[in-house]
Amino acid sequence: MTTESTAPSVPRSHELVLEGRRLVKRYGHVVALDETDFEIRQGEVLAVIGDNGAGKSSLIQCLSGAVQPDGGELLVGGEPTALKSPVEARRLGIETVFQSLAVSPALDVATNIFLGRELRRAGIAGSVFRMLDKKRMRQEALGAMAELGLQTLQNVGQSVETLSGGQRQGVAVARAAAFGSKVVILDEPTAALGVKESGRVVKLIKDINSRGIPVILISHNMPQIFEVADRVHIQRLGRRIALVETSQVDMADAVAMMVGATTPEKLGLERAS
Amino acid sequence: MLGLRAVNRSATDLPDGERTSLPAPKAPRGLVEIDGGARLSPLQWVERRMLSRPLIGPLAVLVIALIVFSIVSPNFGTLQNFSLILQQVQVIALLGIAQTLIILTAGIDLSVAAVMLLAQVVMGKLAVTLGLPVEFALLLGVLVGVICGAINGLIVTKLNIPPFIATLGTLSIFYALNIFISDGESVPYAEVPALLTWLGTGFQVFGTTFTYGQVLTILMFVLFAYILRSTAWGTHIYAVGDNLEAARLSGIRVNRVLMSVYIVAGLIIGVTAWLLIGRIGSISPTAGASYNLASITAVVIGGTSLFGGRGRIMGTLLGAVIVGVFSSGLSLAGFDNLWQEFTIGILIIGAVAVDQRLRKIGR
Repeated sequence: MTTESTAPSVPRSHELVLEGRRLVKRYGHVVALDETDFEIRQGEVLAVIGDNGAGKSSLIQCLSGAVQPDGGELLVGGEPTALKSPVEARRLGIETVFQSLAVSPALDVATNIFLGRELRRAGIAGSVFRMLDKKRMRQEALGAMAELGLQTLQNVGQSVETLSGGQRQGVAVARAAAFGSKVVILDEPTAALGVKESGRVVKLIKDINSRGIPVILISHNMPQIFEVADRVHIQRLGRRIALVETSQVDMADAVAMMVGATTPEKLGLERAS
Repeated sequence: MLGLRAVNRSATDLPDGERTSLPAPKAPRGLVEIDGGARLSPLQWVERRMLSRPLIGPLAVLVIALIVFSIVSPNFGTLQNFSLILQQVQVIALLGIAQTLIILTAGIDLSVAAVMLLAQVVMGKLAVTLGLPVEFALLLGVLVGVICGAINGLIVTKLNIPPFIATLGTLSIFYALNIFISDGESVPYAEVPALLTWLGTGFQVFGTTFTYGQVLTILMFVLFAYILRSTAWGTHIYAVGDNLEAARLSGIRVNRVLMSVYIVAGLIIGVTAWLLIGRIGSISPTAGASYNLASITAVVIGGTSLFGGRGRIMGTLLGAVIVGVFSSGLSLAGFDNLWQEFTIGILIIGAVAVDQRLRKIGR
């Protein structure tokens, strides 16, 4: 499973859930991804950091099916796979919480969690009259929230617009966790949140991960990353310049590599790619 | 109030272990502070209610209007008068269903009346001038509505033209075709086949005449209220109008939803063409030309947001009936017709002002 292009330090026993090899993405003359590699192991929390323009967003969009890479290949569970759309990625168990959250404010919590994959009633009510099973969706939505310690949400029938920013984040994360059987991607989940609400999202990440689901976390919040992540993927100028365990480096070194003030070699780390 | 009741409910719903964490201030509160525990002012409370129950506003207006007009004019509050009001607004109401579906997707259709006129003129042309079987003429007329809807849908989804402009264009096109096909001439009542005017005929209940057209209108509202409330397609219509990008990322094929909405709207308008013939008895190429804007009026007064994603189909029925009640009530009270127009204008602006305010709360 492990290939030449990944870090030699990765033991072969680690199964890679999602892998990108030499991914290329161009926008006109701008090269957003310049043969970048990517990997996430079963059960880990992987943080992706990088300066503005390093290609984080393009990378995440490739992994979530939102855009298609111009070159390289994507492997899901070791199988080469082309993710043509977010729908296809979701069908394979890859759930993304986009920075924009992708929630519908006027719709209620349960409807948002099941948006695009509604459950229908059994029997004639469902097959002929296309009737939705709102009761079951509400129950399962409540279950999904409870599983993430959001059990105090009393009414999944209330509209998302009546919730605060952190609560909306909770809905988006619960949706991803409820359906993300293979991997959950969180794009800047705390960028718009206060300290207290950020702390809650960190807890959500730990909760999802404790269920054995690997999490990709894109963030600028270094303390948060070093609190939850097992490894850090450092993206710079369209490439992955390092893939290190959080125990191997400190925050200052990670930031220095991210902005190009130092290199993995100078720090005695193996180059990731 | 709202927050209190919700907490009570959760305390009974949740297992013991979780319930105990609720009162503790330091426990993870999750999504508990919906109302932040803060006291809501009476105005805020009403606004929250209106946000979750959008029919409250139009219903309140209707009830107050009914009470006031019943007191002012003794002839107003009769069953006969209600039947008359419903007959007067049924065409606008039915067009309003089509308009509501489109407005919920954050679109608008300026061509509904033009499509209706074209469809009824085709029915008349085929049945009367060409002498085709009347059932066949009726079906083809409805099909014209479907085709016109599909054309609007294609212009919106394929050419990426905003619905306002797309339907402003097709308004002219369909209206011109309507005049072309009819030669600008009406088919008089005596020549219109009975099936085409059937919806204008009726039955007696308690000495009051009700028409089949009224029954059809009510049934269509019930049907589409069910579809919007209880099917995935209905949910997707709201989602597309509320946040297009979120709908797309959620895996909803937004262009397919939009296309289907315009086609179904065309179908409803085709049926409304039949209703129009029944209502006025003859087939006139200029009969309901003002209904384009009237249908939008009914939708807006019914509390549906012009910005999409928010509203109820039954609101449109209320909106249409409100317009009818004000027209009837004001004229029975001896006001000149111009004051009906005047009042409708105030209602429109009031309804949109309320919507703006509610949307701000929802942010």
